[in-house]
Amino acid sequence: MMKAAIVTLQKRWQQLTGLKYFWPVFLAAGLAFCVAADRYDFVDLYLQLIIIYVGINIILTVSLNLINGYMGEFSVGHAGFMAVGAYIASILTVYVFPQNAAGILFPAAILAGGMGAALVGFLVAIPSFKTRGDYLAIVTLAFGMIVKSVLENIDAVGGPRGLLGMEKLTTLPWVFFWTVLSVWVIRNLVYSNFGRGIWSIREDEIASDLMSVNTRQVKIIAFVVSSFFAGVAGGLFAHAIQFINPRMFDILKSTDVLIMVYLGGIGSIAGSVLGAVIYTLLLEILRPLGVWRMVFMPLMLVLLMIYRPRGIMGLREARLFTPLLDRVTEKLWRQRKKEARHAAP
Amino acid sequence: MPLLEISRLTHRFEGLCAVSDFNLRVDPHELVGIIGPNGAGKTTVFNLMTGVYRASEGSINFQGKELVGLNPHSITRLGIARTFQNIRLFREISVLDNVRIAHYGQTAYSPAEALLHIGRFRAEERRITVQALDLLAVFHLDASANEKAKNLPYGLQRRLEMARALATEPKLLLLDEPAAGMNPNEILQLMDFIRWIRKTFSVTILLIEHQMRLVMGICERLVVLDFGATIAEGLPAEIQANPKVLEAYLGEEVAS
Repeated sequence: MMKAAIVTLQKRWQQLTGLKYFWPVFLAAGLAFCVAADRYDFVDLYLQLIIIYVGINIILTVSLNLINGYMGEFSVGHAGFMAVGAYIASILTVYVFPQNAAGILFPAAILAGGMGAALVGFLVAIPSFKTRGDYLAIVTLAFGMIVKSVLENIDAVGGPRGLLGMEKLTTLPWVFFWTVLSVWVIRNLVYSNFGRGIWSIREDEIASDLMSVNTRQVKIIAFVVSSFFAGVAGGLFAHAIQFINPRMFDILKSTDVLIMVYLGGIGSIAGSVLGAVIYTLLLEILRPLGVWRMVFMPLMLVLLMIYRPRGIMGLREARLFTPLLDRVTEKLWRQRKKEARHAAP
Repeated sequence: MPLLEISRLTHRFEGLCAVSDFNLRVDPHELVGIIGPNGAGKTTVFNLMTGVYRASEGSINFQGKELVGLNPHSITRLGIARTFQNIRLFREISVLDNVRIAHYGQTAYSPAEALLHIGRFRAEERRITVQALDLLAVFHLDASANEKAKNLPYGLQRRLEMARALATEPKLLLLDEPAAGMNPNEILQLMDFIRWIRKTFSVTILLIEHQMRLVMGICERLVVLDFGATIAEGLPAEIQANPKVLEAYLGEEVAS
């Protein structure tokens, strides 16, 4: 009975996801919902804030998965890139842009935050040419500490007290836009030959170099794209809570993102989305548990690592996120396999 | 003009001289074998040629270009591809993608086009996919195109490694012990297979091997390496009769 129900559900899901119109409909409906919720306030503000957090966490998780999942490195400095984006975007909207135009120029501020973080990401990519594994983890750890202590010592941005004065510019429609953009761009990268180059570094860096992959170029692309979106997430975050200080972007923040990556599954876009959604929502739902929340969540992670070490979707992808060409290729392959089976005596 | 000319190649690992004063000349369309006892420095020669190690001294000239000091991927783009003694496939990646990755050097779209899936991306990606599937079909691997590479049986993994190397469109193919772990019957098949690859893809082949049956059967010329130095060179029949070679493999005769 149960099995039959699951099978029908799976079939429904496949029909739904096989539909040509799934993405257009989903995106249009999502955008309409976000705009409406923002305009007419029929969703209460607490819920709106949670949805905004979910979006920001999806951006952070998908972008970190590029380094930790697809490339197989272990970066623990994602919060550092986020901080760079958050501070650049906030400085722009608070000090640089004219007060009445801050709303219109908000996307430019976010973009600038992303670009600033991308530039820093480029610099962090350089040690990755020579160092791998634990050593690169230490480099990124050090990077996170540098960002934090630099920010703490610049009085112009408030030093350890932090920066405030941002308007609440991060609205649902903007979060929706940036989340979709980041998932789409990283999906595109992963399903290109540059993306395959990133996977091959995870598998065997020397072999990939010998198969004509320019490993330096690939690492730069991975770090730049990943840190760009971390910076974007930082900018959105700053304008959602309207106050930032350096301690918000310490190692614990990076750990949060790591947890979402490994919960959802390494090397998977669908996994990143799932991981971010589940983790963010669970933290909210379990709020009544109080202090015990911080016992329950790690315990869940320990169990997950024992029973599903690669996370929910580890190294697998939902068909929804694979490009059409690859789906066509798969169909072609199934056909050939069937023919081969018939041809065999 | 020779395709490849190695002269006075020397490589030291912290005082240990792995290759010393190695010379080799390979003409287009030749099939040359490098043999020698374990630890003679054969794989080191391959690693020097492909840029994994940087030679301490000497030069490697490929079609008029100096290879010493180049990155592995630049050397591969110039037209040298290799397989590995212990198979080094991208294990968690599909068979098809293993081959598509090897097209990296010929990919015509820019990173920006890849990020947005615009411009040359679609046409180029289709071309790469079709080419990769065709290559897999030639190697009878197309039925497992979407399988992960680690799930293939051993023999097919070896075949996939050759397909992946050929996807880089090499002029010179380096095979590092292609017969490792094969029984005599499989070795006979492999001999035909290597000859067939040379003809179909019109590549020059340089191979390292322990299996005398294979080397003697297909190589036109042999180079014998011992302690990093060339001790003999010539036709297979000459090598078989060379006392120095026998000594290297079987040890010196005890004077009585």
